[in-house]
Amino acid sequence: MGFWEYVGSRHGQLLTDTVQHAAAVFQCMALATALGVLIGVAAYRSEWAGSLATMTTATLLTIPSLALIGLLIPVVGLGVAPTVVALTLYGLLPVVRNAIVGLRGVDPDLIDAAKGIGMSRAARLLRVELPLAWPPILTGIRVATQMLMGIAAVAAFASGPGLGNEIFRGIASLGSANALNQVLAGTLGIVVLALLFDAAYVLLGRLTISRGIRG
Amino acid sequence: MAEQPGEQPYGNGPRAREAAARPAGSVGAAIRLEHLTKVYPGGAGPAVDDVSMEIGAGETVVLVGPSGCGKSTTLKMINRLIEPTSGRIRIGDEDVTGIDPVRLRRKVGYAIQASGLFPHMTVAQNVALVPRMAGWSAARTRERVEEMLGLVGLDPGEFRHRYPRQLSGGQQQRVGVARALAADPPVLLMDEPFGAVDPVTRDHLQDELLRLQRELRKTIVFVTHDFDEAIKLGDRIAVLRERSRLAQFDTPEAILTHPADAFVAGFVGSGAALKRLHLARVRDVPVADVPTAHLGDPPEAIAGLLRDGGTGAVLLLDGDRRPHTWLRRGDRPPAPPPAAPAGTPVTGTVPRDATLRDALEAVLTDPAGRVAVTGPRGEYTGVLDLATLRGTVQALLAADRAEALAHQRALRGAHGAGAGTAQEGPGGPGGAA
Repeated sequence: MGFWEYVGSRHGQLLTDTVQHAAAVFQCMALATALGVLIGVAAYRSEWAGSLATMTTATLLTIPSLALIGLLIPVVGLGVAPTVVALTLYGLLPVVRNAIVGLRGVDPDLIDAAKGIGMSRAARLLRVELPLAWPPILTGIRVATQMLMGIAAVAAFASGPGLGNEIFRGIASLGSANALNQVLAGTLGIVVLALLFDAAYVLLGRLTISRGIRG
Repeated sequence: MAEQPGEQPYGNGPRAREAAARPAGSVGAAIRLEHLTKVYPGGAGPAVDDVSMEIGAGETVVLVGPSGCGKSTTLKMINRLIEPTSGRIRIGDEDVTGIDPVRLRRKVGYAIQASGLFPHMTVAQNVALVPRMAGWSAARTRERVEEMLGLVGLDPGEFRHRYPRQLSGGQQQRVGVARALAADPPVLLMDEPFGAVDPVTRDHLQDELLRLQRELRKTIVFVTHDFDEAIKLGDRIAVLRERSRLAQFDTPEAILTHPADAFVAGFVGSGAALKRLHLARVRDVPVADVPTAHLGDPPEAIAGLLRDGGTGAVLLLDGDRRPHTWLRRGDRPPAPPPAAPAGTPVTGTVPRDATLRDALEAVLTDPAGRVAVTGPRGEYTGVLDLATLRGTVQALLAADRAEALAHQRALRGAHGAGAGTAQEGPGGPGGAA
């Protein structure tokens, strides 16, 4: 059976896997963004808290994804839970790091001006600092999403959702008729998804970054 | 005469006048700094050492001094961007040393170098920030934004939706001032606001600020290291030495003609007489008269004027009494129209509102050493020449010197009764409110 023939015969299953893959990455990324920005906001003003946050998230990233998911199974069980936990943790690093860099990069004169015209701490953060730090944060989110696309495939190891299932099934039955097609379909699906997400981020940037600071 | 900057008396002068001249809106409030000191931990000594200053309502006070003298720190203690280590700050009748800084800053406009505009917001959004925080309705805020942009000379239709990076430096600075004034604060703090623009634009912005201040009568504290800027803008100038110690706090005239010590004299620099020219206007100077005739007058009459006028020159005016042509002895009297008139066409005139410095420039470049002075519609009102200018400047300097001496003597005399003077400010709320 040729590759396209295979895709045609299994398109229902493939579509389900693709949608689940995208949904998992999207939801985990949303969670990682919220957490990452919060951590960044909490840490950026202190030298050591910033270093601690960056170092912790960087250390997390050095753990091989297969190992992390394996370690999570005894704690949170099989299925969706280890996938969500692992993906969110991996997604944190680029967001936290870029949030800290972005927030620290805001011109101190502008902070002074914001204080000087009577903005409260919260108003300064929400109306001045975060909007100005948003472009680097969005870049962090983009990088993290690309990374999660690949890592999400490994989640199938813990019976998680997504295109990883195709790949693992193929690897498990190497030598059989459709093994290569399965691996190829899963991989290509992930590549296409990654490209679609990236395009979506470009659009999101257009919509959310003020024209006044767009490069 | 009431608007002549050189005539502003010490202390309560602007306050008395503002009651008559100001439009609706909140006026300036007096500011009192009492023994303000700022010590940074680990610093060699205090950055600001025991500064006390009284700034009258509606007055423009310029803090000037060498870089690093603590003038900016002093300014930032007024809106508590920098918290004083000790001392008190009073604005109007309120001690603001301990109140919520956010509440304090809403009452105090703040404009800084390079405008401090938020780059991700449009001009309108920047200006609307403070009114919105103060809880104004959307409609009132929008109206106010238009009004403020108009006030600083920017067409709202054209500039409202622009982003700061789409503006020139001077335009950004104007928006910065509009933002600072948007919620109508009684006090305006300006920290080297014109430091980052080119000299021509700076000159223009200074003129605009003077015009604004004539209308608004805010209490302005202005920081600069440029003494000429201080002379131009200040009702009074505080010359600061290191640690923000007051070397002299007086009117520009008094500082120019009677620097308190060698430090101030060094800071004033040379050319006090030239700088004094910035402070007087043509309308305050007696102008001479020359014989005038109209373009259409018969040539014989003009020739008669030339012969008998005594000044050796006749100024020909056009139909609107605007200076048109200089005729000098020896020039052929003009043939009746339509023949081209003889003589020298008038190239430069000075309006009565011009400074004497501008008038001097015009006189020096005029071949005959005199310049026609014009009224509001460009009509002839008189002639200014070098001798008149020189006499005027010498008289002004002498008067300044006498005034400064009298003032210093009065200060010395009142030194023992200092407490009585200090209570005068808040004691007269009718004048300040």
